[in-house]
Amino acid sequence: MDITTIIFWFLSALALFSAIMVVTRKNPIFSVLWLIVVFFAISGHYLLLNAQFLAVVNIIVYAGAIMVLFLFVVMMMNLDNLPVVNKNTWMKFLGVISGGLLLCILVSTSKSAADMNLKTIVLKDGDIGLIENLGKVLFTKYALPFEISSILFLSAMVGAVVIGKKES
Amino acid sequence: MNALVLCIPLLPFLGFLIVGLCRNKLSKTMSGILASGVIGISFILTLVIFFSHSYSPNAITYFNFISNSQYNIPFAFQVDQLSTLFMLIITGVGFLIHVYSTAYMSEETPEHYARYFSYLNLFVFSMLLLVLGANYVIMFIGWEGVGICSYLLIGFWFKNNQYNYAARKAFIMNRIGDVGFLLAIFWLLARLGSADYSIVFSNASTLSVTDVTGITILLFVGAIGKSAQIPLYTWLPDAMAGPTPVSALIHAATMVTAGIYMIARSNVLFSMSPVTMDIVAVIGLATAILAASIALFQNDIKKVLAYSTVSQLGFMFVALGVGAYTTGVFHVMTHSFFKALLFLGAGSVIHAMGGEQDITKMGGLRKKIPITYWTFLIAVLAISGFPFTSGFVSKDEILMAAYAHSQPLFWLTTFAAVLTALYMFRVFMLVFLGGFRGSEEQQHHLHESPPAMTIPLIILAVLAAIGGFVQLPEIFGGHDYFNEFLAPVVPAFKHVGESMAVQEYYLLGGTVVGLLIIFLLCKKWYAVKHFEGKYTGIKNVLAHKWYIDELYDAIIVNPFNNIAGFLKSIVEKSGIDGIVNGVGRFIQYSSRQVRLVQSGMVGNYILIMVLSITVLFMVFWNQDLIIGFLQKIF
Amino acid sequence: MPVSYYIILASTLFCIGVAGVLTRRNAIIIFMCVELMLNAVNLLLVAFSKMQNIATPPGGVTVGGTDAQLFVFFIMVVAAAEVSVGLAIIVMMYRNVHSIDINFLNRLKN
Repeated sequence: MDITTIIFWFLSALALFSAIMVVTRKNPIFSVLWLIVVFFAISGHYLLLNAQFLAVVNIIVYAGAIMVLFLFVVMMMNLDNLPVVNKNTWMKFLGVISGGLLLCILVSTSKSAADMNLKTIVLKDGDIGLIENLGKVLFTKYALPFEISSILFLSAMVGAVVIGKKES
Repeated sequence: MNALVLCIPLLPFLGFLIVGLCRNKLSKTMSGILASGVIGISFILTLVIFFSHSYSPNAITYFNFISNSQYNIPFAFQVDQLSTLFMLIITGVGFLIHVYSTAYMSEETPEHYARYFSYLNLFVFSMLLLVLGANYVIMFIGWEGVGICSYLLIGFWFKNNQYNYAARKAFIMNRIGDVGFLLAIFWLLARLGSADYSIVFSNASTLSVTDVTGITILLFVGAIGKSAQIPLYTWLPDAMAGPTPVSALIHAATMVTAGIYMIARSNVLFSMSPVTMDIVAVIGLATAILAASIALFQNDIKKVLAYSTVSQLGFMFVALGVGAYTTGVFHVMTHSFFKALLFLGAGSVIHAMGGEQDITKMGGLRKKIPITYWTFLIAVLAISGFPFTSGFVSKDEILMAAYAHSQPLFWLTTFAAVLTALYMFRVFMLVFLGGFRGSEEQQHHLHESPPAMTIPLIILAVLAAIGGFVQLPEIFGGHDYFNEFLAPVVPAFKHVGESMAVQEYYLLGGTVVGLLIIFLLCKKWYAVKHFEGKYTGIKNVLAHKWYIDELYDAIIVNPFNNIAGFLKSIVEKSGIDGIVNGVGRFIQYSSRQVRLVQSGMVGNYILIMVLSITVLFMVFWNQDLIIGFLQKIF
Repeated sequence: MPVSYYIILASTLFCIGVAGVLTRRNAIIIFMCVELMLNAVNLLLVAFSKMQNIATPPGGVTVGGTDAQLFVFFIMVVAAAEVSVGLAIIVMMYRNVHSIDINFLNRLKN
């Protein structure tokens, strides 16, 4: 058991536990906070996998910007503990079952794939995630999607402003 | 010769088509001339065949009607003595009746006039097909054809619902008999593989006793329906709802004699089955007596004649039942003469009375319509058996054959003959003698009929008077030409020699005395000024036809109607309609339920999406397993 | 580290996100569970970028493996845009109906 394996198992357990907490908390602020913990765990996984750039971007963009946005909206809604209105336990049950079913399917198909068992993940080694290497590919091969994504952001900004405008 | 024979039924058929299809455009004269003309030409062609003596037992085949690996039923005609004789009767009497009808139906509108003549032509065509057919199937086609024409013509004045019921009743009773006929044909086909006369009659000896008895009984059932014997006779009196010439042609001269023809044709089969012959004779006798008893107390002139027809048909079946086939056919011929004459005469009387048919309102018409009077008198004498008329010769033959068969049969048949004379003279006296019992305006309306009606009457009267001379017994100086003529096809009755002459003289004497007594009695009772026609006690029962119609209604008609009503209301309405409507209602209901899936709740939609994706994954990634599983099931 | 471990981990995270979407009634929580699903996918993609056959010796890293990480990059871009617009919609919805219970939004009914 070397250290990477131990870290892998620890991070996986943390991610799973936090995800379950996200889904089950009543208070939406708690859900947001647990989701931030999930993002941290996943960033840890990225580091294990030599994707340093992505790990940092994950923290900054997701945990830093998107979750903060969520918190803003939640606090604006002033939603402390929603009033309990007609909870349909049957629907919840069904939802969990569906999720479980999907999980079973995915896992079983992945297990039955023959050549999957031959491949391994090599941890820790390699330069694959270095910013330099990523940047080389990004600005040569994927230059067009890069530019188009800027247009996407523009339209998202405009859309958000238009939708969020108060009717006067 | 083959083409000639084909023309005989073909011409009336063409007449039917042309007059029927162009009925809106032809004038009355044109329709009458066309229709009568084709029958006249057929009659001439029949005469040609008759005088050329070219008969053969072989059939003339035109084409294959039904032909498969098991059966071969050709459309073939058989021109032998029996069919030629019947053809003469049909076309001859038919022609006279057509001519008569041109004057009798002259008050109709041109379309209905043409429709009448087209139906009459179709009838003659079907009847010719019946007698010309060389196998039972072609006979059956003609059989059905005359049934249909009978229905069409009885219900000719279709605006009157009573007439429609009468037509329906006739057709249904015919149909009941037809079932028997069909079963007999099927039985023959099953046993002998063919329905051709030549094959059936030559192989008849190979049939077992049960086969022959069964087949002949079933054939006789068909004859019961068509020729109005007990128990299927009640349609004939009701059939008087049709025009009088129709009654003359169909219900006196031709259609009702189809049963006689069938049995005469199948004499080989019937002779092999004594059981059936006894049944035929008994039923014929019973019908003769029953119908004669009812005719004694009827007040409608046509009803009397209708029951008289039923009774005379009974006589013919008695003749057939004792084995005197030629006698039966001979009585057909003479009966067609005098009965058609009676009906046409009655038509003339009705025409003179302006439509009145009740004899209690007639009387003393002798001076006003003389030609009708004299021809009617000849017919009455013929049917009563006045010496040397045609009716005398044929009836005596029947009585002699009955005497040779069994004494009780003879005496009962004689009793029926006495009743015949009684009711005929009653009608004669009530209509033509005595004082007029009708209203004033009817009296002013009385006039003789136009020549188109009286000339056929005269011709038929002549035939009725002298028609017997073709078969006059030898003691009176005649020779049985008729029996000789039919001998190759239909056997005659074999009398035991000596006592014949004595019997003949007894019969002659008995007839003269009896007729004299009856004439005087009837003159006393019925040649009167006042006659109400109301009866009490047993006479009332007879006047109400022994209540047999009511009996049939209670036993058969009403239960059928109830069953039909039950089926209509419960099976049809609740059952079948329920199913059909139920399909519609089910679809409506299920669509309402399915609509609820669109709840608008996004959560539900996502749930269903996830479940579907799960199922899709399962199916796609385990395709082989699923296909193998499905193949094992199917 | 066999690749199946990562697949199982990512699938589990994904399915927890699915269960969350189906179970919760608060629109914002549902949105967050969608983000959780996206992240699970990202993790899997990054894992695949490091995947190699046992046969070839480690150390020969090809540049081709970076495609997966760049794909993750773009997924994050899209997620960010989507979050901003989606939250704007939720805010507007709250303004109109004063509730963010998704069972309230059944205007598509029938």
